[in-house]
Amino acid sequence: MSDTLRTTPLHALHNELGAKMVPFAGYEMPVQYGLGVMKEHLHTRAAAGLFDVSHMGQVIVRAEGGYEAAARAMETLVPVSLLGLKENRQRYGVFTNDEGGILDDLMMANRGDHLFVVVNAACKADDIAHMKAGLPGCTVEEITDRALLALQGPQSEEVLARLVPDVTEMRFMDVGVFDSPYGALWVSRSGYTGEDGFEISVAADRAEAFARDLLADEAVEPIGLGARDSLRLEAGLCLYGHDIDSSTTPVEAALEWAIQKVRRKGGEREGGFPGADVILEQLENGAPRRRVGLRPEGRAPMREGTGLFDAAGDDEQIGRVTSGAFGPTIGAPMSMGYVPADKTQTGTVLYGDVRGKKLPASVAQMPFTPARFKR
Amino acid sequence: MKYTEEHEWLRNDDDVVVVGITDHASEQLGDVVFVELPEVGTQVAKGDEIVVIESVKAASDILAPVDGEIVEVNEALVDDPAKVNSDPLGEAWFFKMKISDPSQMDDYMDEDAYKEFIG
Repeated sequence: MSDTLRTTPLHALHNELGAKMVPFAGYEMPVQYGLGVMKEHLHTRAAAGLFDVSHMGQVIVRAEGGYEAAARAMETLVPVSLLGLKENRQRYGVFTNDEGGILDDLMMANRGDHLFVVVNAACKADDIAHMKAGLPGCTVEEITDRALLALQGPQSEEVLARLVPDVTEMRFMDVGVFDSPYGALWVSRSGYTGEDGFEISVAADRAEAFARDLLADEAVEPIGLGARDSLRLEAGLCLYGHDIDSSTTPVEAALEWAIQKVRRKGGEREGGFPGADVILEQLENGAPRRRVGLRPEGRAPMREGTGLFDAAGDDEQIGRVTSGAFGPTIGAPMSMGYVPADKTQTGTVLYGDVRGKKLPASVAQMPFTPARFKR
Repeated sequence: MKYTEEHEWLRNDDDVVVVGITDHASEQLGDVVFVELPEVGTQVAKGDEIVVIESVKAASDILAPVDGEIVEVNEALVDDPAKVNSDPLGEAWFFKMKISDPSQMDDYMDEDAYKEFIG
């Protein structure tokens, strides 16, 4: 580990905007701006928020045989149908290990002649090494000269369309390349807040001008990592290294929806990814534990690491909270965590150990706030 | 008014001390979402963790600044924790305690010393 933090192309702008900067995944990143976490969160749900996610890894995978060959190779690393992914569409998935655990979660897009991948900042060096080793015949190129911005919230379409009119044609999980005053923008209609929105890759030397023009719109506020975390948690989305990691399988993590039928037992391209034996068996029979949402009673948040118990008087811990915070939109605390398979029913009351007191929390549906994607 | 290194302010009204947190502390905490107060009548010792504050970022405590008895708590904060951010030096006092040994108050900083302390 180096002591020197990396910075993104928007670093000077963050400072100018009065951001509080913190170390995150080897980068110096804005955790909040002047509004503070709570108002930034609420503003994103009400209007539009601009996030700098340039620390994430942008990777292009190419093969001699074009997208199809790259997709076929990549399917050996992820339990996802990439051959079934149409041009200019994107899919969520996970890299798995031989035990069925999750190495990282990522987005993968069919960009016609190549596969475009976005991975988590903390995992990107490992992910790229993993792809280079695991994708023979492919070239794996990390894109280091582009920033990545996310514009999220109900007004994000209106805002972005003022600069790039054609984005109104996109639906949730569409991707496209658009000419703009900021050069070619690689746009996907997606994000990690549960809101409609876009992730936009822009040349590093045009990123600040682009961000300034977005922020000039009165609907847009800059949003830091603090609100990004509470937004994704309200949306029921996993944070790698917390809710999912190399010891949790996609079935335990309740991510079955990300594994298409064609890669499951009896499917045309059944298995063929690391840990397939474990994951396919769990898809059939379930896993011993499962990620669920929890709504604590009262206002006290049950944070990451909180032990979960079957009854207030029990000493035997049965589960653990992996993310927990106060949800500004729901006006109440919310958590997610792992519990035994027979405790996953909505409404099941469990007890979380908060500062030595066992406080009740009910298993709850996720997302905690309804998703508002443009399907 | 006196100040602690834990960023509490203490106002001594006739050996009943009113305790809150400073502007600086409220800013550092971020938006406060949960407050847990001690029970009236509790005997506490200097350094006991007697209030829990949860912000959007993390949990933190308020320590008893002196030995004594809790004589009043500000229940309004339980229903509206955001007061801790909007008016930390006024409406958002946390508790009042009767001091056992008034000389314990001498250990704390005055306003100038506190300002220097937070830089």
